Amino acid sequence: MSVHEGPAQDPENRMDIRSHDQKTIVLSVSGEVDIVRSPDLQTSLQDAIGKVPGKGSVIVDLSGVSYMDSSGVATLVRGLQLSRKKDVGLVLCSLQDRVRSIFEIARLDTVFPIAETFDEAVEAAASV
Amino acid sequence: MQPAATNHVPQSPPEVVLRMVSDFRYLAGAREMVAGTAKRFGFSHDSSSHLALAVDEALCNVIRHGYKQAPGNPIWVKIWPLEDDGQLGPGLCIVIEDEAEQIDPSAIQGRDLDDIRPGGLGVHIIRQVVDEAQYAAREEAGMRLTLVKRTNGPSAQRTRELTNRCAENTSCDGLPPSADASADHDRRTGA
Repeated sequence: MSVHEGPAQDPENRMDIRSHDQKTIVLSVSGEVDIVRSPDLQTSLQDAIGKVPGKGSVIVDLSGVSYMDSSGVATLVRGLQLSRKKDVGLVLCSLQDRVRSIFEIARLDTVFPIAETFDEAVEAAASV
Repeated sequence: MQPAATNHVPQSPPEVVLRMVSDFRYLAGAREMVAGTAKRFGFSHDSSSHLALAVDEALCNVIRHGYKQAPGNPIWVKIWPLEDDGQLGPGLCIVIEDEAEQIDPSAIQGRDLDDIRPGGLGVHIIRQVVDEAQYAAREEAGMRLTLVKRTNGPSAQRTRELTNRCAENTSCDGLPPSADASADHDRRTGA
């Protein structure tokens, strides 16, 4: 009997969803978000937004993301559009400088709520 | 497949030629090669990352729009070092060539950023993170994109503004700060 091995798990490229409190879901992303990984981000965002109770929020913790290209940014724009449709808040937090710079180049830094720290994101999520 | 003569593409053979096929899974390796090379040629960490981003976006566009995501088609990434021009520092010239369908280079434009929607950001990002980005149809077949970035060029200055990391008297690229860089820093800090 052969043993089927799935894709290798890459500990540096993770997307984890957890509940922070009754109204807040946290999606923690790490590694590089490029065109190969953007579909995973899309799925995770949809899952996270789907788990949020009414009037709640999703915090996308990007502190572990070392690289993001335009496909990653586009995926987050889609997530923002979906969250608005579902009346769910969406806050990005803890962007590394070089990731944040992509949002500024695309002039999306004023479109997304972006918090410097996770604690600030929790505050922002509570006020959404 | 020597690129057409421009002001910046050296006439010597490229010092690096990476031939890859149109498969998104090779993009990570291509950008690591570019970022690692840029660091060794005097670019800051952030400028190196931005140069790799430009190449990544360009390769993505070739695969997605040029080859319509059909696998196995050739793409070349060629690199030349650029000597210090006395003003903007040394740099790199990177040429990306393909054999995809040819289009009018003037039709390759970034979209209106006021239109908030997913997609269409790649060309705009490329033009922001390099000093020059020039599209041309190749004589043989396909398209050619020539990218030029210098360690103290306008795009490196933008990178400094965006990442806001320069110490007051030190250039991020390890070069003596230019008058422009110092003035820019003063504007940011209010000094």
